[in-house]
Amino acid sequence: MSATTATSQARDLLGVSALSNRSLRTWLHGLPPVDQVGAEARAAALGTRSIKTTSKAWAIDTAISMIDLTTLEGSDTPGKVRNLCAKALLPDRADPSTPRVAAVCVYNDMVGVAREALGDSGINVAAVSTAFPSGRASLPVKLLDTQDAVAAGADEIDMVIDRGAFLSGDYRTVFDQIAAVKEVCRSNPDRADAHLKVILETGELATYDNVRRASWLAMLAGADFIKTSTGKISPAATLPVVLIMLEAVRDWRALTGAMVGVKPAGGIRTTKDAVKHLVTVNETAGPDWLTPQWFRFGASSLLTDLLLQRQKLRTGAYSGSDYVTED
Amino acid sequence: MPTGFEYAPAPESRAVVDIASSYGLFVGGEFVDPADGASFKTVNPATGERLSDVAEAGAADVDAAVRAARRAYTQVWGPMSGAERGKYLFRIARILQERAREFAVLETLDNGKPIKESRDVDIPLAAAHFFYHAGWADKLEYAGLTTGARPAPLGVIGQVIPWNFPLLMLAWKIAPALATGNTVVLKPAETTPLTALLFAQVCQQADLPAGVVNIVTGAGATGQALTEHPDVDKIAFTGSTDVGKQIARTIAGTRKRLTLELGGKGANIVYDDAAIDQAVEGIVSGIYFNQGHVCCAGSRLLVQESVADDVVRRLQRRLGTLRVGDPMDKNTDVGAINSAEQLARITALVEAGEAEGATRWSAPCELPDRGYWFAPTIFTDVSQAHRVAQEEIFGPVLSVLTFRTPAEAVAKANNTPYGLSAGIWSDKGSRVLWTADRLRAGVVWANSFNKFDPTSPFGGYKESGYGREAGRHGLEAYVAAGSED
Repeated sequence: MSATTATSQARDLLGVSALSNRSLRTWLHGLPPVDQVGAEARAAALGTRSIKTTSKAWAIDTAISMIDLTTLEGSDTPGKVRNLCAKALLPDRADPSTPRVAAVCVYNDMVGVAREALGDSGINVAAVSTAFPSGRASLPVKLLDTQDAVAAGADEIDMVIDRGAFLSGDYRTVFDQIAAVKEVCRSNPDRADAHLKVILETGELATYDNVRRASWLAMLAGADFIKTSTGKISPAATLPVVLIMLEAVRDWRALTGAMVGVKPAGGIRTTKDAVKHLVTVNETAGPDWLTPQWFRFGASSLLTDLLLQRQKLRTGAYSGSDYVTED
Repeated sequence: MPTGFEYAPAPESRAVVDIASSYGLFVGGEFVDPADGASFKTVNPATGERLSDVAEAGAADVDAAVRAARRAYTQVWGPMSGAERGKYLFRIARILQERAREFAVLETLDNGKPIKESRDVDIPLAAAHFFYHAGWADKLEYAGLTTGARPAPLGVIGQVIPWNFPLLMLAWKIAPALATGNTVVLKPAETTPLTALLFAQVCQQADLPAGVVNIVTGAGATGQALTEHPDVDKIAFTGSTDVGKQIARTIAGTRKRLTLELGGKGANIVYDDAAIDQAVEGIVSGIYFNQGHVCCAGSRLLVQESVADDVVRRLQRRLGTLRVGDPMDKNTDVGAINSAEQLARITALVEAGEAEGATRWSAPCELPDRGYWFAPTIFTDVSQAHRVAQEEIFGPVLSVLTFRTPAEAVAKANNTPYGLSAGIWSDKGSRVLWTADRLRAGVVWANSFNKFDPTSPFGGYKESGYGREAGRHGLEAYVAAGSED
């Protein structure tokens, strides 16, 4: 879908002849509001599902297969990225039946390193682009940034939205930037299109109404995934925010027939947290989303806890963190 | 390993509770056998298994209980200072908290409600009612009651409670009665007597003076003996409107006081500007909480026509995720119907709804083979004239009606013989207040439903009864103007 087709599809959905800032605003503000108290109560209730034995084993393996194993530090080195890729390929050397993660997520300049380390394993390389994490650069810079990542072999692009533009009500700018980045994702003739994950940075959007509007705006502009956070801002992924985003992709499918994925990122560290998210996926968007194709966890330390819990279920004993590689 | 996300069973252990094979009556601080030795069984509605045999109190037993209550009132409880009474109530509240798990398990076994609800709602709220009223026991003079500065107890209170919230209704009745200096004879419902009998043990554990609380188990005849007893000063009843009317007739012309909490057909009004996803949750908790066995349930959904189809679609999708089944499973959302009789009544009314032309939709869930069950159900194409729009079903059955303007919503909401509860869903505060001002209902929830708190008064208009429970208003029902000396 080129930027022009994204615009024309959006015009059709909005029922307008021109995709102006005003028409976007009218449409996004016409979405049903979110009641904060009710949304948080629902998320809390979903978090109390009791998950035992066989269901837990399934949930742990599914969560592992949904992880975007991530390192996004200024101090990242090729060696560190290679270590991370080794862990992605063999998460638990003691048990080869352990599923592999979905992707390794790195900064742009590490895409080549990760690509080489992962080879044709089927594990994707995801790159954060568009002046991650702040997004404070001009559009040409953001597009070049993305082009770099795609050229280096990234299968997935995690872009940030311009929160400043969004908060000032300039929805058209946000739409155009997402649509333009999406076009760059399709620009490499030798490779399949890179998947576009749009990071809303929900911690900076402040209200659930904004989270819902940003989710719809991103989907309207052609996002393959909507993602909560960069991990650099607190709060990052919270269960109520993920609930609102799951409602958005559910309703988007009802409207257009198309599925969009959801990726909570940042702050999810324990198996218990991951299971709460899976329960929320199951009961909000539905079981169709319970695959790595449609749901991801952006995490670095979550995998460690999942592996420890997995070992415990298998052996009956909790071995401790020394029995899982750090990265 | 399951192929999808099928929650494995997570059953609560029933080992935390000992159920005796039979129970006597609790009179004068002791468990005693009934005069004529009659008994009846109480069953687990989720399985049909017998849990225990419970004594059936006759007129002689009720008389003994009232005399024990009178003695305790005259000799101990009436003369006691409010501060002392408060200590006993605080002690009962703390014991309820300490034994919360035992109470929750027993309530679920006897009633059929999900352990999630007995654990998270019934038992904590029951304890909260004792804590709240314990605080009032020595401050009644400062409560600003209409009885003036010397509120005095009434004496012996006869209390009859229903089976939908057995321990919680006991707490609503006993806590304010004791805090204000009265003594009580309480009759729990015949299908759910066990937590009341466990509460009798709590009274013993708290060293509550003998006779302050008496519990007589039995069916309608026992309740009638209690309401007719000449030495009872007040009757407090929660239950069906029909029985409430009988009690009112019985008491008419006597000196006895009466408060009634009766049936309802609560309207849940959803405006087109509401937060739809949260409104759907509120509709679910309004009618499917406690299997719809709730007198203030939001059993009539009034939804603005422009969003009606969308709301019903979302509701049906959401009902597909409700888990119906073993109430002892921590993941169960909807448990068992309390009795065969109640199941028959729900079934009959639902059949009437279909026969009268409303469209029935039931959640596609597998129901257990044994016990009493009813799938969460929605009626659409309902008109005001249908029985399912007018009569209290007291089960997991929602009737959906539509409206076009706020005035029509209010008119339809008020067009019922009942007036217990209502809900309003709108993002616009002024619209919520405008609507609430015009609804003839004792409780109106805004952007929420079925929220309870001991500080908030509860009670009805019209055929939903009279008198208020909880809050300062609830204290009024248990006091008279005392002497000013």
